[in-house]
Amino acid sequence: MIGLEHYLVLSAILFIIGVMGVLTRRNIIVILLSIELILAAVNLNMIAFSSFLHNATGQVFVFFVLTVAAAEAALGLAILVNLFKNLESINVDDVNHLKG
Amino acid sequence: MGLPEIFFYYFAIVAVLTAAFAVTRPNPVYSVLFLVACFFHVAGLFVLLGAEFLAALQILVQAGALMVLYLFVVFLFNLSELKGSRTIHRQAGAAGIVSLILVALLLILSMQGVFPGPFKELVQPQAANNVSYVAGSLFTDFLLPFELASLVLLVVLFGAIVLGKREEQE
Amino acid sequence: MTEAIVLVPLFPVLGVLLNLIFSRRMSEAAVGIMACAAVGASFLSAAVSVFGLVGMEAGHRTVETILYQWIGSGSFTADIGFLLDPLSGAMILMVTGVAFLIHVYSIGYMHGDPGVRRFFLYMNLFVFAMLTLVLGNSYILLFVGWEGVGLCSYLLIGFWYVKDSAANAGQKAFVVNRIGDFGFLLGMLLIIFNFGTLSFTKVFSEAPHVFHSGDLVVTLITLLLFLGATGKSAQLPLHIWLPDAMEGPTPVSALIHAATMVTAGVYMICRSHVLFGLAPVSLTVVATVGCLTAFVAGTIALVQNDIKRVLAYSTVSQLGYMMLAAGVGAYTAAIFHLITHAFFKALLFLGAGSVIHAIHEEQDIRNMGGLRKIMPVTYMTFVIASLAISGIPPFAGFMSKDEILYSTFIGGEGGWNFILWFVGIFTAFMTAFYMFRLVYKTFHGECRLDPERKKHAHESPAVMTVPLSVLAFLSAVGGFLGIPIFLKSNVMHNWLGPLFTKAAHHGGEAAHAAHSLLTELTLMGTSVVVAVAGILLALTIILLRPGIAEAIRENYSNVYNFLLNKWWIDELYQAIVIKPLWALAGFFWTEFDGKGIDGTLHGIADGARGTGGWLSRFQTGFIQNYALSMAVGVVVILILALL
Repeated sequence: MIGLEHYLVLSAILFIIGVMGVLTRRNIIVILLSIELILAAVNLNMIAFSSFLHNATGQVFVFFVLTVAAAEAALGLAILVNLFKNLESINVDDVNHLKG
Repeated sequence: MGLPEIFFYYFAIVAVLTAAFAVTRPNPVYSVLFLVACFFHVAGLFVLLGAEFLAALQILVQAGALMVLYLFVVFLFNLSELKGSRTIHRQAGAAGIVSLILVALLLILSMQGVFPGPFKELVQPQAANNVSYVAGSLFTDFLLPFELASLVLLVVLFGAIVLGKREEQE
Repeated sequence: MTEAIVLVPLFPVLGVLLNLIFSRRMSEAAVGIMACAAVGASFLSAAVSVFGLVGMEAGHRTVETILYQWIGSGSFTADIGFLLDPLSGAMILMVTGVAFLIHVYSIGYMHGDPGVRRFFLYMNLFVFAMLTLVLGNSYILLFVGWEGVGLCSYLLIGFWYVKDSAANAGQKAFVVNRIGDFGFLLGMLLIIFNFGTLSFTKVFSEAPHVFHSGDLVVTLITLLLFLGATGKSAQLPLHIWLPDAMEGPTPVSALIHAATMVTAGVYMICRSHVLFGLAPVSLTVVATVGCLTAFVAGTIALVQNDIKRVLAYSTVSQLGYMMLAAGVGAYTAAIFHLITHAFFKALLFLGAGSVIHAIHEEQDIRNMGGLRKIMPVTYMTFVIASLAISGIPPFAGFMSKDEILYSTFIGGEGGWNFILWFVGIFTAFMTAFYMFRLVYKTFHGECRLDPERKKHAHESPAVMTVPLSVLAFLSAVGGFLGIPIFLKSNVMHNWLGPLFTKAAHHGGEAAHAAHSLLTELTLMGTSVVVAVAGILLALTIILLRPGIAEAIRENYSNVYNFLLNKWWIDELYQAIVIKPLWALAGFFWTEFDGKGIDGTLHGIADGARGTGGWLSRFQTGFIQNYALSMAVGVVVILILALL
């Protein structure tokens, strides 16, 4: 039988894949995509809890996570566009002006 | 093994595989497309959990709107593979170790709870369908956050326009 | 009438304050007159007070006037108060009188000097400090005056501070005095420890009950007090500052380094006679040091060529005589000699100043000569003073010096006193010789001045010669205050005697009556013969046959150089004390301060900088590094949640 623990393990694995992507890729687009993946994993976690604990709060929260994910992606891309216009590169290693 | 289990394992394995591929492709267009597939399968898992409205929402917003937005940006600015993006990141080792520890901790901590019964008790008790179920809570207990969410979107609208504006030429 | 004692120190203070406030707007003459008036008024008050004292009964002439309580710390108290008794009465009369004459003289001597207002300020301040010293009713008040005169001495020696030698001389005086003061302070602390008070009346009345004669503690106290006196009164080995102090203006040399400040040590010992009487060892030390000082200084004075240096060493020598007197218990003789010495030494210095001024700042006697025709008054007064210091009757010095030698001869058991007497009489011979060497070289013979100076040489104005004359008069007749004992009316003894017979002591006053008239007359005769011999020798060698002096200088050049270079004592100090101190200071500067303290500070700074540098390596600028550290933070929190 598929229990809550299966969903939790699954969401943990998706989360870790997203974290690895954030920490390891140099392409800023892929970093942003990995963040979306993390958010999807979290959504899965919350809906799993909501369903198994008979509490609608989890699902409502997913609603808001989706909203914020959209907002964050939009702004993130706007910033990326500006960065690209100034640096001519989307390599995150080139955004090191805070060094020191 | 019953049908729900087969679907679950299918959705789960494909979600993980596509996610892994999405994160590892050098070409960002491929990453986006794999991620779209991943989102579809995650939405499938949502359906299995009885949240079909949210599954639809997930596909519409994340897969539909956001991934398309990413594709727009990639094509508009002709951002393709980075030069030298095939070399292993200097941080990969440390990141790997930290991630493994993190997943181990997450699992240990989450397994310390008391887990309720199997799948078939998932029927949503009070509502006829998922939309009513979500709406019942959303518009009563969470009305203020709902309104504020619309403000967030408004602000993001402004922000994105300001950030994306072309420099004025005198 | 004795209430007037309060006015005695008050007038000089008033002079100081008025000088501070108004002197810039006053003319030079007005400042001088104001200063003289202050000291003169002080003298009149002193005279009135002493007159009141005279009216009191002989054995009870003590008036203690307490103004207010200065220190009240637990059980220890100290008051501001004046003790007027025959000793302090005699001292204040001498101090204010001689100071007044010197102030008048200074109006002429310091005329035209740009710092003349400052000069009179310091002089008045000095008189105030000296009077505090003499009138104080406790050791602590005496010490306040002691330090005050030390300060004024420093200020006045280095009066022409632009001159390096003057500034250094002032510093030398202060530092050497400090060594003595160190002993004085330790002595005072021991007194507090044993008596609980520093008041003279209390300490001296209790002393015979607290200590037995020859006790270690009282010997220690008196030796420490004597150390203080050694510094102030320029005894061996702390005499080195006095010759250098001649850098100051001549009136300063006359007042401070002849008549008053340097006598403070003698005064202090006489004041403490009760304590010294309980420590025969200390008295022997005092007498021996005094005698030795007199001798050594006398030998140095034989060959010096600067007119003021000869007089400076002469002062050291005469102070040695006073210490000798105190050491054999003849306190009255010591004070008597102190007073007569004040008269003739002040006169000698003022006369020297007159000469120096007249021939435009020439001080080397080898370049003088034949001045008696040009400056008769100066010459006459100088000769009178020289006769007095040489011990020719009936001038002042004869009476006092003779009394000292007599007391030395008869005092104490055994041969030591005889040795002291012999050295003393030999020194008297030297004194006569070098004084008249000075007279002949300066005033007699052919004039060796260069023609420019000779043309402008003239007698000094009346404002300078009148004080000279007054002092000459005092030098001539002052001796009659202490005419020999066999003539009944000895003023000094009647005045001071009762004061000094209170405590038990060896020799000195009590022994006077016991010895025979014959001894006294013989000794007197010996002194006179010796003095005359000295004068005649000087006449022969210096004036009549100069070749002899030249021959002696050549044949005995080792001895001559030894004496000329002051027995190399300054050089000895330089090698033994000053060089090691400089080395030590240098060591502390480089090692301790440079490496130690600076090293520590630099080390801390470098450590901070190093740490900062190491920490800044965490700021790589790569966003993913920061993200990784965030992930690590989450891991840490989860581990903590697990525990």
